Amino acid sequence: MAQTAEVLVIGGGMVGAAVGLGLVRKGAKVLIVDEDDNALRTARGNFGLVWTQTKGLGLQRYQEWTRESAALYSDFAGLLAEETSLSLGHQQLGGLTICTTEEEISLSETLIEQMKAQAGNLPYEAEMIDRQSIQSLIPGVRFGDSVQAAAYSKHDGHVNPLKLLRAMLKSYQLHGGKYQINSKVTDIKPTSAGNYEIQIADKTTIHAEKVVIACGHGIPALAEKCGMKCPTRPQRGQVLVTERLDQILPLPMGSIRQTDEGSILLGVSHEEVGFNDKNTANVAGNIAARAVRILPDLEQVNIVRAWGALRIMPPDGCPIYDESEKYPGVFMVTNHSGVTLAAVHSMRLPEWILDRRMAIGFEEFSSLRFEKTDYASTPH
Amino acid sequence: MLVRRTKIEPDQLITFQVNDQFITARSGESVAFAVLAAGVMPTRNNPVSGSPRAPYCLMGICFECLMTIDGVDNRQSCMTPVAEGMVVHSQYNKASLERLDDD
Repeated sequence: MAQTAEVLVIGGGMVGAAVGLGLVRKGAKVLIVDEDDNALRTARGNFGLVWTQTKGLGLQRYQEWTRESAALYSDFAGLLAEETSLSLGHQQLGGLTICTTEEEISLSETLIEQMKAQAGNLPYEAEMIDRQSIQSLIPGVRFGDSVQAAAYSKHDGHVNPLKLLRAMLKSYQLHGGKYQINSKVTDIKPTSAGNYEIQIADKTTIHAEKVVIACGHGIPALAEKCGMKCPTRPQRGQVLVTERLDQILPLPMGSIRQTDEGSILLGVSHEEVGFNDKNTANVAGNIAARAVRILPDLEQVNIVRAWGALRIMPPDGCPIYDESEKYPGVFMVTNHSGVTLAAVHSMRLPEWILDRRMAIGFEEFSSLRFEKTDYASTPH
Repeated sequence: MLVRRTKIEPDQLITFQVNDQFITARSGESVAFAVLAAGVMPTRNNPVSGSPRAPYCLMGICFECLMTIDGVDNRQSCMTPVAEGMVVHSQYNKASLERLDDD
């Protein structure tokens, strides 16, 4: 006898957990199936930014979507913390992208101009600030001479991504959601009864009325079986973590942030190395050197951990949300900003999945955008 | 303990300070070992949970043994040999940039 679920969510990472939680909060009977500990777990490697200022160049709908998520975040994280008694380390008092060279200043200025130019009803609100303003936002630390300017957005912030994931899965289960590990999905097929039969690697099957494919790097293969295209690729990022220090950084500075527990996280790299999530000495060295150029006192701080993780990168860096035409009721959710978008994934996507109610312009997130002849991928 | 500490010969004996007491140890021992042998506990509080901690793995892996040694926070006491006149403190706070090794 096969297991049954109203909605089967494939993938228990940042996206699957957020969507699953939103679905059970709306009363749906949900089963999340997840892989084992050897899976490529992007959701265990996040940096933890809640970040809007760099999102959506070329797809304004994405800037709006990410801002909506940022605006919902305090309520979303607050409710999660209350339900689970976990401290998520969420803080959203603004964020900085530090510029250390003329080239970086020019890139940030250009991005801001372009974002302002494409903005519609929702004004783009990041701005360039000078060294003095940076120092007044982050008093008490010594900045390197190379720190000349920064892009600043009041909408940005950060959260502990591991605790966010843990809280979402815990809350999901408190609301009656079921979670099953060691369950790699190998196939999805329609049944004569109008449901879907999902094949698990251990030869068991699950019957579900609806299916949400949210398994990160596993999506392209499953999407193809359902007639959908998911042109994402892995992109490696490396992170270093320092010993715990007194609080010195009240705001996250893009690639440098201090957690509420005192560690400073240093990023970040964008490496096209396929499915290789190892970390390397030369990239770690570059990350550390840049951090010391920005904050010279970090030179005496010990690094206690380092890792690499693989972003799920769509060609334009923007999320992809689709329902299969071939298999109606099978949905695909993928993006590289599972932390920032957790609030909208949990609070907005369930209406789409359960009732096909879509916010205005939601169809712009379809992978159909990659088939337009004038499509050009923008590095993100 | 798996290995009994043998008698310390006088020429191996050193004295150093832990918190407000002076303790003797054998030259070449780690601070963590000497501190455990002297019964000093806790050697720190976890800066997140506040729970009292003491040296655990004694081989540089677990970071439970962090102490303030000669004014420097977050030193791994299990990886630091004791020295005559050393001043060691249990660490009850996160490290401060001003109290880090600037070598």
